[in-house]
Amino acid sequence: MFKTLPDAHTATVSVIINGAPFQAPQGCTAAAALLLAGTIPNRTTPVSNAPRAPYCMMGVCFECLVAIDGVPNQQGCLIPVVEGMRIDRQLGSVAVKL
Amino acid sequence: MPRFDSLVIGGGLVGSAVAYGLTRRGLKVALLDEGDIAYRASRGNFGLVWVQSKGIGVPEYQRWTRQSSTLWDDFAVELKNETGVDVAHEHRGGVHICITEKDFTERRKQMEQLHLESGETRFEYEMLDHAQLKKLMPEIGPEVAGASYTPYDGAANPLYLLRSLHAALLKRGGQYFPNSRVGALKAAPHDFTVTAGGATFNAPKLVLAAGLGNKALGALVGLNVPVEPVKGQIFVTERVKPILSMLTIWVRQMAEGGLLIGESREEVGFNDATTPDVQQFLAARAIKMFPFLRDVRIVRHWGALRVMAPDGLPIYEQSGDFPGAFVATCHSGVTLAATHAMRYAKFVADGALPAELARFTNKRFDVQNAA
Repeated sequence: MFKTLPDAHTATVSVIINGAPFQAPQGCTAAAALLLAGTIPNRTTPVSNAPRAPYCMMGVCFECLVAIDGVPNQQGCLIPVVEGMRIDRQLGSVAVKL
Repeated sequence: MPRFDSLVIGGGLVGSAVAYGLTRRGLKVALLDEGDIAYRASRGNFGLVWVQSKGIGVPEYQRWTRQSSTLWDDFAVELKNETGVDVAHEHRGGVHICITEKDFTERRKQMEQLHLESGETRFEYEMLDHAQLKKLMPEIGPEVAGASYTPYDGAANPLYLLRSLHAALLKRGGQYFPNSRVGALKAAPHDFTVTAGGATFNAPKLVLAAGLGNKALGALVGLNVPVEPVKGQIFVTERVKPILSMLTIWVRQMAEGGLLIGESREEVGFNDATTPDVQQFLAARAIKMFPFLRDVRIVRHWGALRVMAPDGLPIYEQSGDFPGAFVATCHSGVTLAATHAMRYAKFVADGALPAELARFTNKRFDVQNAA
């Protein structure tokens, strides 16, 4: 659905989205990588389990929440990808360990 | 000029509950609300329907609070039926966590006193030591000394409550006027004319429920209402799966999964700003009670102003100079919402406050006669 612009630089970093490797443009955010990889929905909501995808891409709407490197509820649109980053879909609300 | 049976000043939880209660008794009501610039305690609070620890040394307050907690069961059902809004009322008892042994000993004394003062209404409580509390709440931290428990405590979602009260008021034919800060108030016995939001309203009854605004408004109808702001700060966390086994006074988990962490008390005037020192205090105490909170992310932090009389009790009074003018003010707008709607509104409709509210008269602030 989403493509990078033809004049965008071509350097990439390897990230792991839901367990599968993906080459994300260097400097893009985790949420942009999700859109590019087409791995949406990135989450389901805690109350009604509705599917969600990144929306505002500027830190306001919290729709792009994902687990990054094992830490849940991260705003994917505010976090740039780095080599080896793990980005995981989250379903419903998160369980906290006692 | 539109004429009503009663004007209610203040569209927060107290005003909305009383206004709804008046419409329930068939009165034609106008609810005048200042607007989003107002200090809205109703939109910043913790949402407990809390009984334990209220009214130590003042059994009248203990009774009034407990009665409201009992009325809440039917009240929540009524609001759901009237408006379709579920205010997420729960009534399963609550615990006051005591971190240190000193707190625990102090708490036991307070609960004993409440029990002794309750007379025939029999205030029941339990003191739970660490091991007993751990059975009920495996999530408590190792340093917690214990807790007091009473079955009377409960909670609701304060935002849904406010929304539901407004909807119920409108459904019963009441009228709500936002952005209507009182500009002028002309008072005569049983005849009140208020200019607000560019319109003029008249009614034989007037209820002041404007929170901290009651101080200035009261002066216009011969009512001394010496309330002052007491700031509280609260955190809300991300939504997580149910983890808190019981309702506690400083940490609760909402139906949607978010945890609220309170509470603080500061007398700093009309200032509801958040501050790092209080953030630190709240977070440190919460983690001591519930170490799992260390890994839960905070999504928002805010401050709000409690409406506090010098002795912390509500003020209920009818003006002697201008009969028909009432005041209702308290710092427990959620806890007392049920009794404000179902009982206080009846007293206003009937035109007289009963003896059971005599302890809450504003005359207690006057110079007293020597014995």
